[in-house]
Amino acid sequence: MIKLDSLTNSIGEWLKGTGPESDIVMSSRVRLARNLAQYPFVGRASDQERGEVQQFLRSRLLQLPSRLSLDYVDVGGLGELDRQFLVERQLISREHAEAAGSRGVAIDTHEQLSLMINEEDHLRIQCVHSGLDLESVWRQISAVDDEIETVVPYAFHSRWGYLTACPTNVGTGIRVSVMLHLPALVITRQIDKVFRSLHKISLAVRGLYGEGSQAFGDFYQISNQTTLGKTEQELIAQVADVVPVLIDYERRARDFLVRETEQNIHDQVSRAYGILRTAQTITAEETMQLLSRVRMGVLLGLLDDVDVSDVNLLLVRTQPAHLQKLRGVELDTKDRNIERARFLRNYFETGSAEAN
Amino acid sequence: MRCQQCDKQAMFHITELETGEVREVHLCEDHARSYLNQSEGASQPSESPGPLGVAQTAEELSELDQKVCEMCGITFFEFRNQGRLGCPHDYVQFEQELEPLIANIHGAVEHTGRRPQRAAGSELPESTESLTRVIGLRKGIREAVEQEEYERAGTLRDEINQVLDNWHAEQQTADGTDSSQPSESPSSS
Repeated sequence: MIKLDSLTNSIGEWLKGTGPESDIVMSSRVRLARNLAQYPFVGRASDQERGEVQQFLRSRLLQLPSRLSLDYVDVGGLGELDRQFLVERQLISREHAEAAGSRGVAIDTHEQLSLMINEEDHLRIQCVHSGLDLESVWRQISAVDDEIETVVPYAFHSRWGYLTACPTNVGTGIRVSVMLHLPALVITRQIDKVFRSLHKISLAVRGLYGEGSQAFGDFYQISNQTTLGKTEQELIAQVADVVPVLIDYERRARDFLVRETEQNIHDQVSRAYGILRTAQTITAEETMQLLSRVRMGVLLGLLDDVDVSDVNLLLVRTQPAHLQKLRGVELDTKDRNIERARFLRNYFETGSAEAN
Repeated sequence: MRCQQCDKQAMFHITELETGEVREVHLCEDHARSYLNQSEGASQPSESPGPLGVAQTAEELSELDQKVCEMCGITFFEFRNQGRLGCPHDYVQFEQELEPLIANIHGAVEHTGRRPQRAAGSELPESTESLTRVIGLRKGIREAVEQEEYERAGTLRDEINQVLDNWHAEQQTADGTDSSQPSESPSSS
Protein backbone atom coordinates (compact mmCIF):
# COMPACT_ATOMS: atom_id res chain seq x y z
CA MET A 1 0.00 0.00 0.00
CA ILE A 2 1.39 3.33 -1.06
CA LYS A 3 1.86 6.07 1.50
CA LEU A 4 -0.29 8.84 0.12
CA ASP A 5 1.20 11.20 2.67
CA SER A 6 4.64 10.80 1.19
CA LEU A 7 3.26 12.12 -2.10
CA THR A 8 2.17 15.30 -0.32
CA ASN A 9 5.77 16.39 -0.06
CA SER A 10 6.73 15.66 -3.65
CA ILE A 11 5.56 17.73 -6.56
CA GLY A 12 4.54 15.11 -9.09
CA GLU A 13 5.72 14.73 -12.64
CA TRP A 14 3.36 17.11 -14.40
CA LEU A 15 4.26 20.12 -12.29
CA LYS A 16 8.00 19.59 -12.14
CA GLY A 17 8.34 22.37 -14.67
CA THR A 18 11.25 20.77 -16.49
CA GLY A 19 11.66 19.35 -19.97
CA PRO A 20 11.60 20.96 -23.41
CA GLU A 21 9.58 24.18 -23.83
CA SER A 22 8.57 24.09 -20.17
CA ASP A 23 7.97 27.86 -20.10
CA ILE A 24 4.76 27.09 -22.00
CA VAL A 25 4.27 23.31 -22.09
CA MET A 26 3.50 21.95 -18.63
CA SER A 27 3.23 18.28 -19.51
CA SER A 28 2.79 15.65 -22.22
CA ARG A 29 0.48 12.74 -21.63
CA VAL A 30 -0.70 9.59 -23.40
CA ARG A 31 -3.41 7.26 -22.16
CA LEU A 32 -4.53 3.90 -23.53
CA ALA A 33 -7.95 2.33 -22.93
CA ARG A 34 -7.93 -1.47 -22.65
CA ASN A 35 -10.41 -4.16 -21.65
CA LEU A 36 -10.26 -7.81 -20.72
CA ALA A 37 -11.80 -10.07 -23.37
CA GLN A 38 -13.44 -12.40 -20.85
CA TYR A 39 -15.50 -9.89 -18.84
CA PRO A 40 -18.34 -7.47 -19.59
CA PHE A 41 -17.31 -3.82 -19.65
CA VAL A 42 -17.24 -2.09 -16.25
CA GLY A 43 -20.64 -0.44 -16.61
CA ARG A 44 -22.35 -3.78 -17.19
CA ALA A 45 -20.29 -6.01 -14.91
CA SER A 46 -21.79 -7.36 -11.68
CA ASP A 47 -20.12 -6.45 -8.37
CA GLN A 48 -18.63 -9.94 -8.36
CA GLU A 49 -17.23 -9.53 -11.88
CA ARG A 50 -15.81 -6.10 -11.06
CA GLY A 51 -14.10 -7.60 -8.05
CA GLU A 52 -12.65 -10.38 -10.21
CA VAL A 53 -11.41 -7.90 -12.81
CA GLN A 54 -9.71 -5.86 -10.12
CA GLN A 55 -8.07 -8.93 -8.62
CA PHE A 56 -7.02 -10.31 -12.00
CA LEU A 57 -5.43 -7.07 -13.19
CA ARG A 58 -3.94 -6.12 -9.85
CA SER A 59 -2.09 -9.42 -9.46
CA ARG A 60 -0.74 -9.25 -13.01
CA LEU A 61 0.31 -5.60 -12.88
CA LEU A 62 2.20 -6.14 -9.66
CA GLN A 63 4.11 -9.11 -11.11
CA LEU A 64 5.13 -7.90 -14.53
CA PRO A 65 8.30 -9.55 -15.84
CA SER A 66 10.17 -6.22 -15.89
CA ARG A 67 9.44 -5.79 -12.17
CA LEU A 68 8.08 -2.35 -12.82
CA SER A 69 7.91 -0.77 -9.41
CA LEU A 70 4.22 -0.02 -8.89
CA ASP A 71 2.25 0.76 -5.77
CA TYR A 72 -1.37 -0.24 -5.71
CA VAL A 73 -4.07 1.94 -4.20
CA ASP A 74 -7.54 0.54 -3.54
CA VAL A 75 -9.46 3.63 -4.60
CA GLY A 76 -12.79 2.15 -3.45
CA GLY A 77 -11.39 1.90 0.07
CA LEU A 78 -10.15 5.51 0.26
CA GLY A 79 -11.91 8.40 1.92
CA GLU A 80 -13.12 11.35 -0.11
CA LEU A 81 -10.13 13.54 0.76
CA ASP A 82 -7.58 10.98 -0.43
CA ARG A 83 -9.51 10.39 -3.64
CA GLN A 84 -9.64 14.13 -4.29
CA PHE A 85 -5.93 14.29 -3.57
CA LEU A 86 -5.22 11.75 -6.33
CA VAL A 87 -7.39 13.76 -8.74
CA GLU A 88 -5.45 16.94 -7.97
CA ARG A 89 -2.23 15.10 -8.73
CA GLN A 90 -3.81 13.91 -11.99
CA LEU A 91 -3.18 10.28 -11.07
CA ILE A 92 -6.86 9.37 -11.35
CA SER A 93 -9.78 10.95 -13.17
CA ARG A 94 -12.58 12.76 -11.40
CA GLU A 95 -14.95 10.04 -12.64
CA HIS A 96 -12.76 7.35 -11.09
CA ALA A 97 -12.74 9.22 -7.77
CA GLU A 98 -16.50 9.64 -7.74
CA ALA A 99 -17.54 6.19 -9.01
CA ALA A 100 -18.72 3.32 -6.82
CA GLY A 101 -17.59 -0.30 -6.53
CA SER A 102 -14.27 -2.15 -6.79
CA ARG A 103 -11.65 0.02 -8.41
CA GLY A 104 -8.05 0.95 -7.97
CA VAL A 105 -4.95 2.53 -9.39
CA ALA A 106 -1.34 1.40 -9.68
CA ILE A 107 1.20 4.23 -9.59
CA ASP A 108 4.92 4.12 -10.25
CA THR A 109 7.34 5.80 -7.87
CA HIS A 110 8.05 8.70 -10.23
CA GLU A 111 4.34 9.36 -10.71
CA GLN A 112 4.82 9.11 -14.46
CA LEU A 113 2.70 6.00 -14.88
CA SER A 114 -0.74 5.45 -13.46
CA LEU A 115 -2.90 2.47 -14.30
CA MET A 116 -6.55 2.83 -13.37
CA ILE A 117 -8.54 -0.36 -12.91
CA ASN A 118 -12.32 -0.35 -13.43
CA GLU A 119 -12.65 3.20 -14.62
CA GLU A 120 -14.88 3.38 -17.71
CA ASP A 121 -12.70 0.61 -19.16
CA HIS A 122 -11.13 -2.26 -17.24
CA LEU A 123 -7.70 -0.73 -17.63
CA ARG A 124 -6.63 2.82 -18.40
CA ILE A 125 -2.88 3.24 -18.68
CA GLN A 126 -1.57 6.78 -18.46
CA CYS A 127 1.95 8.12 -18.81
CA VAL A 128 2.95 11.76 -18.15
CA HIS A 129 6.24 13.57 -18.59
CA SER A 130 7.12 17.19 -17.84
CA GLY A 131 7.46 19.55 -20.78
CA LEU A 132 6.98 18.70 -24.44
CA ASP A 133 8.09 15.10 -24.69
CA LEU A 134 5.44 13.04 -26.48
CA GLU A 135 7.91 10.73 -28.20
CA SER A 136 9.46 9.46 -25.01
CA VAL A 137 6.04 9.24 -23.34
CA TRP A 138 4.94 7.02 -26.20
CA ARG A 139 8.03 4.82 -25.97
CA GLN A 140 7.46 4.31 -22.27
CA ILE A 141 3.73 3.64 -22.41
CA SER A 142 3.86 1.34 -25.42
CA ALA A 143 6.53 -0.77 -23.73
CA VAL A 144 4.34 -1.08 -20.63
CA ASP A 145 1.29 -1.89 -22.76
CA ASP A 146 3.21 -4.59 -24.66
CA GLU A 147 4.36 -6.12 -21.45
CA ILE A 148 0.89 -6.21 -19.93
CA GLU A 149 -0.41 -7.76 -23.13
CA THR A 150 1.83 -10.79 -22.65
CA VAL A 151 -0.08 -11.67 -19.47
CA VAL A 152 -3.52 -10.10 -19.99
CA PRO A 153 -5.95 -10.97 -22.81
CA TYR A 154 -6.98 -7.56 -24.16
CA ALA A 155 -10.27 -7.52 -26.05
CA PHE A 156 -9.29 -7.05 -29.68
CA HIS A 157 -11.11 -7.30 -33.01
CA SER A 158 -9.29 -7.40 -36.33
CA ARG A 159 -11.47 -4.69 -37.84
CA TRP A 160 -12.29 -2.52 -34.83
CA GLY A 161 -8.98 -2.83 -32.99
CA TYR A 162 -8.91 -2.56 -29.18
CA LEU A 163 -12.48 -2.74 -27.96
CA THR A 164 -13.69 -0.11 -25.49
CA ALA A 165 -16.87 0.54 -23.55
CA CYS A 166 -17.48 3.73 -25.50
CA PRO A 167 -17.21 3.65 -29.30
CA THR A 168 -15.48 7.04 -29.15
CA ASN A 169 -12.31 5.29 -27.89
CA VAL A 170 -12.34 2.17 -30.06
CA GLY A 171 -9.39 1.24 -32.27
CA THR A 172 -6.18 2.52 -30.76
CA GLY A 173 -7.83 3.54 -27.47
CA ILE A 174 -5.32 6.36 -27.38
CA ARG A 175 -5.70 9.87 -26.07
CA VAL A 176 -2.70 12.12 -26.57
CA SER A 177 -2.69 15.39 -24.69
CA VAL A 178 -0.40 18.30 -24.04
CA MET A 179 -1.04 20.79 -21.28
CA LEU A 180 -0.13 24.37 -22.12
CA HIS A 181 0.06 27.56 -20.11
CA LEU A 182 -1.29 30.29 -22.38
CA PRO A 183 -1.78 33.45 -20.30
CA ALA A 184 -0.70 35.92 -22.98
CA LEU A 185 -3.17 34.50 -25.51
CA VAL A 186 -5.89 34.87 -22.88
CA ILE A 187 -4.95 38.48 -22.03
CA THR A 188 -4.75 39.48 -25.69
CA ARG A 189 -8.13 37.76 -26.31
CA GLN A 190 -6.82 35.51 -29.05
CA ILE A 191 -7.51 32.27 -27.24
CA ASP A 192 -11.02 31.65 -28.64
CA LYS A 193 -9.78 32.10 -32.16
CA VAL A 194 -7.04 29.56 -31.50
CA PHE A 195 -9.55 27.06 -30.09
CA ARG A 196 -11.90 27.41 -33.01
CA SER A 197 -9.11 26.57 -35.39
CA LEU A 198 -8.15 23.56 -33.26
CA HIS A 199 -11.71 22.23 -33.36
CA LYS A 200 -11.61 22.47 -37.13
CA ILE A 201 -8.71 20.04 -37.25
CA SER A 202 -10.64 17.81 -34.80
CA LEU A 203 -8.58 18.45 -31.71
CA ALA A 204 -10.27 18.90 -28.35
CA VAL A 205 -9.43 21.61 -25.85
CA ARG A 206 -10.24 21.61 -22.18
CA GLY A 207 -9.16 23.36 -19.03
CA LEU A 208 -7.19 22.01 -16.15
CA TYR A 209 -9.52 20.64 -13.44
CA GLY A 210 -12.38 22.00 -15.53
CA GLU A 211 -14.58 22.08 -12.46
CA GLY A 212 -17.75 23.31 -14.07
CA SER A 213 -16.26 26.62 -15.09
CA GLN A 214 -13.87 27.88 -17.72
CA ALA A 215 -10.25 26.79 -17.59
CA PHE A 216 -8.54 27.87 -14.39
CA GLY A 217 -5.36 29.81 -14.51
CA ASP A 218 -4.96 29.78 -18.29
CA PHE A 219 -3.96 26.10 -18.37
CA TYR A 220 -5.35 24.20 -21.36
CA GLN A 221 -5.16 20.62 -22.55
CA ILE A 222 -5.06 19.91 -26.27
CA SER A 223 -5.92 16.35 -27.28
CA ASN A 224 -6.97 14.15 -30.18
CA GLN A 225 -10.68 13.40 -30.60
CA THR A 226 -10.64 10.34 -32.84
CA THR A 227 -9.00 7.00 -32.13
CA LEU A 228 -9.84 4.85 -35.16
CA GLY A 229 -8.46 4.77 -38.70
CA LYS A 230 -5.10 6.32 -37.88
CA THR A 231 -2.06 4.73 -36.29
CA GLU A 232 -0.91 5.72 -32.83
CA GLN A 233 2.02 7.60 -34.38
CA GLU A 234 -0.30 9.53 -36.69
CA LEU A 235 -2.56 10.49 -33.79
CA ILE A 236 0.44 11.60 -31.72
CA ALA A 237 1.68 13.67 -34.66
CA GLN A 238 -1.76 15.27 -34.99
CA VAL A 239 -1.29 16.79 -31.53
CA ALA A 240 2.48 17.19 -31.64
CA ASP A 241 2.39 19.12 -34.93
CA VAL A 242 0.11 21.81 -33.63
CA VAL A 243 1.98 22.44 -30.36
CA PRO A 244 4.93 24.38 -31.87
CA VAL A 245 2.42 26.65 -33.58
CA LEU A 246 0.67 27.36 -30.29
CA ILE A 247 4.00 27.91 -28.55
CA ASP A 248 4.93 30.40 -31.23
CA TYR A 249 1.59 32.27 -30.86
CA GLU A 250 1.96 32.43 -27.10
CA ARG A 251 5.57 33.64 -27.31
CA ARG A 252 4.59 36.33 -29.78
CA ALA A 253 1.70 37.41 -27.56
CA ARG A 254 4.07 37.58 -24.56
CA ASP A 255 6.54 39.66 -26.60
CA PHE A 256 3.74 41.93 -27.66
CA LEU A 257 2.62 42.48 -24.07
CA VAL A 258 6.13 43.37 -22.96
CA ARG A 259 6.82 45.57 -25.97
CA GLU A 260 3.52 47.42 -26.26
CA THR A 261 2.11 47.42 -22.75
CA GLU A 262 5.07 46.94 -20.54
CA GLN A 263 3.89 49.13 -17.68
CA ASN A 264 0.47 47.62 -17.83
CA ILE A 265 1.60 43.99 -17.78
CA HIS A 266 4.22 44.71 -15.13
CA ASP A 267 1.47 46.26 -13.04
CA GLN A 268 -0.86 43.27 -13.49
CA VAL A 269 1.82 40.79 -12.57
CA SER A 270 2.96 42.81 -9.54
CA ARG A 271 -0.59 43.20 -8.29
CA ALA A 272 -1.17 39.44 -8.63
CA TYR A 273 1.99 38.83 -6.63
CA GLY A 274 0.94 41.41 -4.07
CA ILE A 275 -2.42 39.77 -3.46
CA LEU A 276 -0.87 36.32 -3.10
CA ARG A 277 1.57 37.65 -0.50
CA THR A 278 -0.94 39.59 1.57
CA ALA A 279 -4.45 38.14 1.20
CA GLN A 280 -6.20 36.97 4.36
CA THR A 281 -8.62 34.63 2.59
CA ILE A 282 -8.46 33.36 -0.96
CA THR A 283 -10.24 30.73 -3.09
CA ALA A 284 -8.49 27.99 -5.09
CA GLU A 285 -9.73 29.58 -8.33
CA GLU A 286 -8.37 33.03 -7.55
CA THR A 287 -5.08 31.52 -6.41
CA MET A 288 -4.72 29.65 -9.69
CA GLN A 289 -5.53 32.75 -11.68
CA LEU A 290 -3.00 34.88 -9.79
CA LEU A 291 -0.32 32.19 -9.85
CA SER A 292 -0.79 31.99 -13.60
CA ARG A 293 -0.07 35.73 -13.89
CA VAL A 294 2.93 35.47 -11.58
CA ARG A 295 4.27 32.50 -13.53
CA MET A 296 4.16 34.53 -16.71
CA GLY A 297 5.76 37.51 -14.94
CA VAL A 298 8.64 35.40 -13.72
CA LEU A 299 9.22 33.99 -17.20
CA LEU A 300 9.17 37.48 -18.68
CA GLY A 301 11.73 38.68 -16.14
CA LEU A 302 9.27 41.09 -14.49
CA LEU A 303 9.56 39.47 -11.07
CA ASP A 304 12.95 38.45 -9.86
CA ASP A 305 12.42 37.20 -6.32
CA VAL A 306 10.26 34.19 -7.29
CA ASP A 307 11.24 31.05 -9.15
CA VAL A 308 9.05 29.20 -11.67
CA SER A 309 9.46 26.03 -9.62
CA ASP A 310 7.92 27.86 -6.61
CA VAL A 311 4.89 28.76 -8.69
CA ASN A 312 4.50 25.20 -9.97
CA LEU A 313 4.73 23.84 -6.45
CA LEU A 314 2.14 26.32 -5.17
CA LEU A 315 -0.23 25.46 -8.01
CA VAL A 316 -0.65 21.95 -6.63
CA ARG A 317 -0.19 22.59 -2.90
CA THR A 318 -2.93 25.22 -2.74
CA GLN A 319 -5.50 22.78 -4.17
CA PRO A 320 -8.18 21.88 -1.61
CA ALA A 321 -7.18 18.28 -0.82
CA HIS A 322 -3.45 19.06 -0.79
CA LEU A 323 -3.99 21.94 1.59
CA GLN A 324 -5.98 19.79 3.96
CA LYS A 325 -3.49 16.94 3.84
CA LEU A 326 -0.63 19.34 4.54
CA ARG A 327 -2.54 20.66 7.52
CA GLY A 328 -3.61 17.22 8.60
CA VAL A 329 -7.22 18.25 9.18
CA GLU A 330 -10.38 18.45 7.13
CA LEU A 331 -11.51 22.02 6.63
CA ASP A 332 -14.66 23.54 5.19
CA THR A 333 -14.45 25.96 2.27
CA LYS A 334 -14.32 29.08 4.42
CA ASP A 335 -11.53 27.76 6.62
CA ARG A 336 -9.69 26.43 3.59
CA ASN A 337 -9.63 29.90 2.08
CA ILE A 338 -8.17 31.36 5.27
CA GLU A 339 -5.68 28.52 5.54
CA ARG A 340 -4.68 28.88 1.88
CA ALA A 341 -4.00 32.61 2.33
CA ARG A 342 -1.92 31.88 5.44
CA PHE A 343 0.01 29.18 3.58
CA LEU A 344 0.79 31.58 0.72
CA ARG A 345 1.86 34.41 3.01
CA ASN A 346 4.21 32.14 4.92
CA TYR A 347 5.59 30.64 1.75
CA PHE A 348 6.50 33.98 0.25
CA GLU A 349 7.84 35.31 3.52
CA THR A 350 10.18 32.44 4.26
CA GLY A 351 10.71 31.15 0.75
CA SER A 352 9.71 27.59 1.58
CA ALA A 353 6.69 25.44 2.29
CA GLU A 354 8.45 23.65 5.12
CA ALA A 355 8.31 26.67 7.40
CA ASN A 356 4.53 26.53 7.43
CA MET B 1 -21.87 22.63 -14.25
CA ARG B 2 -23.75 19.66 -15.75
CA CYS B 3 -23.83 18.75 -19.42
CA GLN B 4 -26.97 20.01 -21.12
CA GLN B 5 -27.69 16.57 -22.53
CA CYS B 6 -26.83 14.20 -19.68
CA ASP B 7 -25.81 14.11 -16.03
CA LYS B 8 -22.08 14.26 -16.58
CA GLN B 9 -19.81 17.16 -15.78
CA ALA B 10 -19.74 19.70 -18.62
CA MET B 11 -16.17 19.82 -19.90
CA PHE B 12 -16.73 21.91 -23.00
CA HIS B 13 -18.05 25.42 -22.94
CA ILE B 14 -18.65 26.33 -26.49
CA THR B 15 -19.58 29.78 -27.62
CA GLU B 16 -21.42 29.78 -30.93
CA LEU B 17 -21.44 32.93 -33.03
CA GLU B 18 -24.27 32.75 -35.51
CA THR B 19 -25.12 35.79 -37.61
CA GLY B 20 -24.46 38.21 -34.79
CA GLU B 21 -26.10 36.01 -32.17
CA VAL B 22 -24.06 34.59 -29.31
CA ARG B 23 -25.11 31.25 -27.83
CA GLU B 24 -23.37 29.25 -25.13
CA VAL B 25 -23.39 25.47 -25.05
CA HIS B 26 -22.13 23.42 -22.09
CA LEU B 27 -21.45 19.75 -22.80
CA CYS B 28 -19.62 16.71 -21.50
CA GLU B 29 -16.82 15.31 -23.59
CA ASP B 30 -18.93 12.77 -25.48
CA HIS B 31 -21.80 15.07 -26.27
CA ALA B 32 -19.40 17.83 -27.24
CA ARG B 33 -17.74 15.46 -29.66
CA SER B 34 -20.96 14.57 -31.40
CA TYR B 35 -22.07 18.19 -31.22
CA LEU B 36 -18.90 19.40 -32.91
CA ASN B 37 -19.06 16.62 -35.48
CA GLN B 38 -22.64 17.59 -36.27
CA SER B 39 -21.95 21.29 -36.58
CA GLU B 40 -19.15 20.54 -39.03
CA GLY B 41 -21.75 19.45 -41.54
CA ALA B 42 -24.41 21.87 -40.42
CA SER B 43 -23.98 23.98 -43.49
CA GLN B 44 -25.63 21.30 -45.61
CA PRO B 45 -28.82 20.83 -43.64
CA SER B 46 -30.97 18.72 -45.98
CA GLU B 47 -29.66 15.25 -45.19
CA SER B 48 -29.07 15.59 -41.48
CA PRO B 49 -28.38 12.13 -40.12
CA GLY B 50 -30.26 10.69 -37.16
CA PRO B 51 -28.54 10.02 -33.88
CA LEU B 52 -26.93 6.97 -35.44
CA GLY B 53 -25.78 8.73 -38.54
CA VAL B 54 -28.33 6.99 -40.76
CA ALA B 55 -31.78 8.04 -41.78
CA GLN B 56 -34.22 5.95 -39.78
CA THR B 57 -37.93 5.72 -39.38
CA ALA B 58 -39.39 5.30 -35.93
CA GLU B 59 -40.29 1.70 -36.80
CA GLU B 60 -36.84 0.81 -37.98
CA LEU B 61 -35.41 2.38 -34.89
CA SER B 62 -37.63 0.49 -32.47
CA GLU B 63 -36.90 -2.79 -34.26
CA LEU B 64 -33.21 -2.04 -33.98
CA ASP B 65 -33.57 -1.21 -30.31
CA GLN B 66 -34.82 -4.74 -29.57
CA LYS B 67 -31.57 -6.36 -30.67
CA VAL B 68 -29.84 -8.15 -27.83
CA CYS B 69 -26.21 -9.19 -27.35
CA GLU B 70 -25.98 -12.95 -26.92
CA MET B 71 -23.14 -12.62 -24.45
CA CYS B 72 -23.90 -9.78 -22.03
CA GLY B 73 -27.62 -9.38 -22.76
CA ILE B 74 -27.53 -5.63 -23.41
CA THR B 75 -30.14 -4.34 -25.85
CA PHE B 76 -29.28 -1.83 -28.51
CA PHE B 77 -31.79 0.48 -26.81
CA GLU B 78 -29.84 0.35 -23.55
CA PHE B 79 -26.66 1.15 -25.42
CA ARG B 80 -28.28 4.13 -27.13
CA ASN B 81 -29.46 5.44 -23.77
CA GLN B 82 -26.20 5.02 -21.89
CA GLY B 83 -23.74 5.56 -24.72
CA ARG B 84 -21.71 2.66 -23.33
CA LEU B 85 -21.55 -0.86 -24.71
CA GLY B 86 -21.96 -3.93 -22.52
CA CYS B 87 -19.13 -6.23 -23.59
CA PRO B 88 -16.55 -6.80 -26.35
CA HIS B 89 -18.98 -9.02 -28.27
CA ASP B 90 -21.29 -6.04 -28.88
CA TYR B 91 -18.88 -4.91 -31.60
CA VAL B 92 -19.62 -8.19 -33.41
CA GLN B 93 -23.31 -8.49 -32.53
CA PHE B 94 -24.15 -4.90 -33.43
CA GLU B 95 -21.51 -4.50 -36.11
CA GLN B 96 -23.93 -3.26 -38.78
CA GLU B 97 -25.68 -0.87 -36.44
CA LEU B 98 -22.46 0.49 -34.99
CA GLU B 99 -20.76 1.03 -38.32
CA PRO B 100 -22.49 4.32 -39.26
CA LEU B 101 -22.12 5.58 -35.72
CA ILE B 102 -18.41 4.82 -35.63
CA ALA B 103 -17.94 6.31 -39.10
CA ASN B 104 -19.62 9.45 -37.81
CA ILE B 105 -17.38 9.70 -34.75
CA HIS B 106 -14.04 8.77 -36.29
CA GLY B 107 -14.45 9.28 -40.00
CA ALA B 108 -13.12 5.74 -40.45
CA VAL B 109 -14.28 2.15 -40.00
CA GLU B 110 -11.04 0.19 -39.91
CA HIS B 111 -8.35 -0.04 -37.25
CA THR B 112 -4.87 0.59 -38.65
CA GLY B 113 -2.91 0.91 -35.42
CA ARG B 114 -1.07 -1.58 -33.27
CA ARG B 115 -2.13 -5.21 -32.99
CA PRO B 116 -1.55 -7.68 -30.19
CA GLN B 117 2.10 -8.64 -30.17
CA ARG B 118 2.68 -12.34 -30.12
CA ALA B 119 6.04 -14.00 -30.29
CA ALA B 120 7.38 -14.47 -33.79
CA GLY B 121 6.06 -17.48 -35.63
CA SER B 122 2.82 -17.88 -33.72
CA GLU B 123 -0.48 -17.18 -35.38
CA LEU B 124 -2.00 -13.83 -34.62
CA PRO B 125 -5.56 -14.47 -33.50
CA GLU B 126 -8.20 -12.78 -35.65
CA SER B 127 -9.79 -11.51 -32.48
CA THR B 128 -10.32 -12.41 -28.86
CA GLU B 129 -13.92 -13.47 -29.61
CA SER B 130 -13.34 -17.03 -28.42
CA LEU B 131 -12.43 -15.74 -24.99
CA THR B 132 -15.35 -13.33 -24.95
CA ARG B 133 -17.70 -16.37 -25.20
CA VAL B 134 -16.95 -16.84 -21.51
CA ILE B 135 -19.19 -13.86 -20.74
CA GLY B 136 -22.18 -15.65 -22.27
CA LEU B 137 -21.29 -18.92 -20.56
CA ARG B 138 -21.17 -17.20 -17.15
CA LYS B 139 -24.58 -15.73 -17.83
CA GLY B 140 -25.74 -19.25 -18.72
CA ILE B 141 -24.48 -20.55 -15.38
CA ARG B 142 -26.34 -17.88 -13.46
CA GLU B 143 -29.54 -18.77 -15.30
CA ALA B 144 -29.01 -22.52 -14.82
CA VAL B 145 -28.42 -22.06 -11.10
CA GLU B 146 -31.58 -19.96 -10.84
CA GLN B 147 -33.53 -22.80 -12.44
CA GLU B 148 -31.75 -25.32 -10.24
CA GLU B 149 -30.24 -27.07 -13.27
CA TYR B 150 -26.97 -27.80 -11.55
CA GLU B 151 -25.79 -30.33 -14.07
CA ARG B 152 -26.04 -27.81 -16.89
CA ALA B 153 -24.24 -25.26 -14.73
CA GLY B 154 -21.42 -27.76 -14.23
CA THR B 155 -21.12 -28.42 -17.96
CA LEU B 156 -20.95 -24.70 -18.64
CA ARG B 157 -18.32 -24.31 -15.93
CA ASP B 158 -16.20 -26.98 -17.63
CA GLU B 159 -16.64 -25.21 -20.92
CA ILE B 160 -15.42 -21.92 -19.40
CA ASN B 161 -12.36 -23.60 -17.98
CA GLN B 162 -11.70 -25.17 -21.36
CA VAL B 163 -11.80 -21.77 -23.09
CA LEU B 164 -9.57 -20.16 -20.48
CA ASP B 165 -7.13 -23.09 -20.58
CA ASN B 166 -6.95 -22.88 -24.36
CA TRP B 167 -6.16 -19.20 -24.20
CA HIS B 168 -3.59 -19.84 -21.57
CA ALA B 169 -1.93 -22.65 -23.51
CA GLU B 170 -1.84 -20.44 -26.60
CA GLN B 171 -0.28 -17.70 -24.53
CA GLN B 172 2.43 -20.01 -23.27
CA THR B 173 3.38 -21.39 -26.66
CA ALA B 174 3.37 -17.84 -27.94
CA ASP B 175 5.81 -16.33 -25.51
CA GLY B 176 7.28 -19.37 -23.80
CA THR B 177 6.59 -18.03 -20.35
CA ASP B 178 4.85 -19.85 -17.58
CA SER B 179 2.43 -17.58 -15.88
CA SER B 180 0.19 -20.19 -14.38
CA GLN B 181 -3.37 -19.04 -14.30
CA PRO B 182 -5.95 -20.62 -12.06
CA SER B 183 -9.03 -21.77 -13.90
CA GLU B 184 -12.40 -20.53 -12.77
CA SER B 185 -13.51 -21.93 -9.46
CA PRO B 186 -17.17 -22.84 -8.96
CA SER B 187 -17.39 -20.20 -6.23
CA SER B 188 -16.83 -17.39 -8.67
CA SER B 189 -20.15 -17.67 -10.43
